[in-house]
Amino acid sequence: MTEIHASNHAHDEEHGDHGHHDPHLAHHFETPAQQFDSGKLGMWLFLATEVLFFGGLFVLYCILRYNHPEIFSYASNYLDTVMGGVNTCVLILSSLTMALAVRFAQINKPKWMVICLVLTLLGAVGFLVIKYFEYTHKIHDHLVWGSTFYVPTSVEEAEKLGGGENPVVTTEPAAVAADFVDPSDSEQELIPDSLMQKPATSVSQIKPAQMAPGGIASMAEGEPVVEPPYSSGANHLEDADMPPNTHLFFGIYYCMTGLHGVHVLIGMALIVWLIVRGLRGHFSHKYYTPVDLGGLYWHIVDLIWIFLFPMFYLIH
Amino acid sequence: MSPGILIGTGLALLVLTVLTVAVRYIDVGEFNIYIAIGIAVVKATLVALFFMHLRWDRPFNSLFFVASIAAVVLMIVFTTMDTAQYAPDVIKGNAPEAQKTLDELAPDAPVAVKYPYGM
Repeated sequence: MTEIHASNHAHDEEHGDHGHHDPHLAHHFETPAQQFDSGKLGMWLFLATEVLFFGGLFVLYCILRYNHPEIFSYASNYLDTVMGGVNTCVLILSSLTMALAVRFAQINKPKWMVICLVLTLLGAVGFLVIKYFEYTHKIHDHLVWGSTFYVPTSVEEAEKLGGGENPVVTTEPAAVAADFVDPSDSEQELIPDSLMQKPATSVSQIKPAQMAPGGIASMAEGEPVVEPPYSSGANHLEDADMPPNTHLFFGIYYCMTGLHGVHVLIGMALIVWLIVRGLRGHFSHKYYTPVDLGGLYWHIVDLIWIFLFPMFYLIH
Repeated sequence: MSPGILIGTGLALLVLTVLTVAVRYIDVGEFNIYIAIGIAVVKATLVALFFMHLRWDRPFNSLFFVASIAAVVLMIVFTTMDTAQYAPDVIKGNAPEAQKTLDELAPDAPVAVKYPYGM
């Protein structure tokens, strides 16, 4: 330790710098400016890998949408444009306060920097709260990925769908009527209702919805639907116009917005760390590299959402 | 880089957000997606130039960023070109010679497409 300090002092004298050693300057850098530029270059390299990280999912999105445009134009209507729009504005405003925080650090106003960082953190919390309401509402309505998408959310909805075919694979609206009895349905032929001692539309008679062709999994035939009596707001299973494989939209929706949400959480942790260090007086116009780099991370989170918003919420 | 520029950028981003939501409700056919992506690109450029300081930064940093975006765009273009080549039926209908025989022997035989490439 003493050796490093000694060499640093020698170094400073060699270059004719002012006598004392900058506590933030690592000994392998010549000047604070060089250290700042190196850190920034490293951060931009990391952001480039982040772009490539999300890039894989963007490619997946493009292939899905290119091959199934009808799924995207249909399922987009289930997303709340107002909530998505408000979230976009919240994220843009938090990006603005983050940029202002960096600016206040540059002009040596650490108090204002901390205030702006707190506002940024509030924006991040607001974003996740709105996202929480969106997610829970969708999960409640079974607007999710995989086979759960095709499971009725309530006994009432299952009864409305009846024991007939799943509307996803049915073209005739009459086929989904509750009193529809398929003569080829051996279960209904062999076991009359009187033997089973149950009313005509009891829960156990209802077949679970089948996955559409090309799905990932299928429910076991005849397995009773055991669901709490929720009331569904979406009622997507009753919609005969729903295109096949609509669950794919929600798969990519949760994948991309979820990964973005994880980035928001990481960004929040970074901002809390910056606030704590800011309150301890670690930053000034001479040293604010962590604020600047944390800001860059927060802006790329905003930048990715700027693309996700029209990709999922704004499909005409 | 005064706070005025940053606040102006933020306001421009909010206006563009309102604009892109409004465009969603106007039907301009397949141009809807291009307008939506175009506005998103403008917004992303504003964020990168002013919030992320690329306007004043060393160009080397912008090079990394633009290169990564170019890599993603290339990947999207080539995979989309590839997926466009898949068709459920490569050639619809019967082979021309078989169809000619069918025309003579069974003119009413059901067929998906007669002579897809002409005669």
